[in-house]
Amino acid sequence: MKVYKCFRILGWDFTITPVRFVLTGLVALMVATVVLRLLTGFQYVTNLTDETPWGMWIAFDVMCGVALAGGGYSTALLVSIFQYKEFHIVARGALLTSLLGYILVMAGLFLDIGQWFNFWRPFVSWGYTSVLFEVFWCISIYTTVLSIEFFEIITERILRKKLHRYIVKILPVLIVIGLIFPVMHQSSLGGLFLIMKERMFPLWWSEFLPLYFLLSSFFIGSAMVTIETTLAKTAYGHEIPHNIMLKLTRVGAGMMFVYLLLKLYDLFEKHEWNYVFQGTLQSNMYCVEMLFGILIPLMIIVSPLSKKRGGLLTYAVLTVLGVILNRLNCVFTSMYESGSYFPGIGEIIVSVGLISLGVLIYCFLVENFNILGNERAVQIKIDKDKDIKNLIWALLRTKRR
Amino acid sequence: MAVLVDITKCIGCEGCTVACKRYNNLNFKAKPRNVKDDGNVELDDNRWTVIQKFHGEKNDKLRFVKKQCLHCKEPACASACFSKAIQKDEKTGAVVYYPDLCVGCRYCLVACPYSIPKYQWNEQFPQVSKCQMCSERVSKGDAPACVSACTTGALMSGDRDELLKKAHEIINSDSRYINHIYGEYEVGGAEWLYISDVPFEDLGFKDVSNVPVTSYTKSYLSKVPGLAACWALFLSGIAFYNYRVDKNRKSHDDDDQDKEG
Repeated sequence: MKVYKCFRILGWDFTITPVRFVLTGLVALMVATVVLRLLTGFQYVTNLTDETPWGMWIAFDVMCGVALAGGGYSTALLVSIFQYKEFHIVARGALLTSLLGYILVMAGLFLDIGQWFNFWRPFVSWGYTSVLFEVFWCISIYTTVLSIEFFEIITERILRKKLHRYIVKILPVLIVIGLIFPVMHQSSLGGLFLIMKERMFPLWWSEFLPLYFLLSSFFIGSAMVTIETTLAKTAYGHEIPHNIMLKLTRVGAGMMFVYLLLKLYDLFEKHEWNYVFQGTLQSNMYCVEMLFGILIPLMIIVSPLSKKRGGLLTYAVLTVLGVILNRLNCVFTSMYESGSYFPGIGEIIVSVGLISLGVLIYCFLVENFNILGNERAVQIKIDKDKDIKNLIWALLRTKRR
Repeated sequence: MAVLVDITKCIGCEGCTVACKRYNNLNFKAKPRNVKDDGNVELDDNRWTVIQKFHGEKNDKLRFVKKQCLHCKEPACASACFSKAIQKDEKTGAVVYYPDLCVGCRYCLVACPYSIPKYQWNEQFPQVSKCQMCSERVSKGDAPACVSACTTGALMSGDRDELLKKAHEIINSDSRYINHIYGEYEVGGAEWLYISDVPFEDLGFKDVSNVPVTSYTKSYLSKVPGLAACWALFLSGIAFYNYRVDKNRKSHDDDDQDKEG
């Protein structure tokens, strides 16, 4: 195994790998695009039109970003409320992904609003009849709560004496608050579409939309944690026992089954089966979404395939792609009239850049704080010894055995 | 204030669209941004009202339809705005946009069942643009600019109930009219009413239900506080229970240790 060069600047570890060079380049490209966007408006950067006023930034960055970040609250719910202690091992990683997800979502939202200098208006001018108002407040509060929760991990290393014990003291309260708001706004994200009844294709519009979004954010959360731990395993040699991951995904799959039952009930209740098989763009997309995003993952999880790592990973990837497709369908396919929309180069650059930025921050934090696994010893050892390279080596070797 | 549009009387002179542009200082030179497949020009940021041409089902009747914001009684755009940048004026009934409050999220564009609000895509700091029903003129007692400019009497402004009565009278007295006032009940009713002798679906009017779309968000949002409170109570209850269990276990362990010691 190769260990990359690691620089120590002001006590922080910066690892340089070829991939991270590329990612940094993408971030730089994004910054340039963002400046152009903020100074000139939408015309040079996006392909948005009156027919598709919400484009990739809303559908992909915000809708999917929030859903993907659902791993934080679903894991926290299982660990700290329902006392699945064995999931504790993934809780910190999930928390970090969530936090990064939300910060990137906020960045995406900020870029997407036309009069960005007015972003604070809803704090004072309360449009309380709007579901977006609830989403806005919940996301703002929840991101704050998540940051303070994450501060517990930060203060293990810096400002330990001054702040750490206070944060540990208020942590139980924060965890409860940090479970109220995500549940509220995940469902409200579905509630956003309630008002579009006359515009959405009937297969997607339903009065259960808030519940659909809540349930799907829960099961995409656990699927995302599976993917994330798999990635962390390849990058950092940090391994989590398969049976724990299986158990975690099974909870998610249970939610997915409830979701499927609700969807079926909806189809029977509103007699919409004729829409499903009419062969138009909308109905085909719906079939793809349900088949690959729900039915096949459910089959994998009940079959012996789930005992294998590959099977579980396939489940997770299909689930994540399925939920992403669902969100894209809600925003684009269901409201498709005539105008075709494909994201402009600027929109893609910004989305890719935001994700790259997230990956870079994730790597930096994981390498400097105790996030993966629950051995606090790693961090203390690094503090004592200056030669971090050997330590990582030693750590990896012990893990391998 | 409401407006009744008698489609049979419109000759498509475009006087109303010119009056609209002049009164609202819109750009005359701007090229149409949204052109439909049938050649009709759609609303855009410099066209708050347009005249669209339709040929009827059998291609025998030429009809002109004025399109603009219908100023719903239960406006989806105003209900969707999370910073109150679109509000329904109680006095005039106009659905008015306040650019100073606007964040630019474009939820109103997506929420409107008729896809009326448009956006200034070419501006540095774009705003939403839609018909304001000349709310300043209307509050002074004048008719909207387009109504004042109409020479054929296709546009009539006045009190909504009276106009409805008048519309019913016209429909009943003349058998050519379709017995349907578009805007009377559509998504909860609108200030702009249309009567016609050609079925509305052949004139590009959207077939919508009579239930206001705002009712769905209203019923959802009314449930949210209660559900959130229940959820919060449930969470704190379990959290407290867990805390007690932990504490008891710890003191139990301590007792055991004491005994062993």
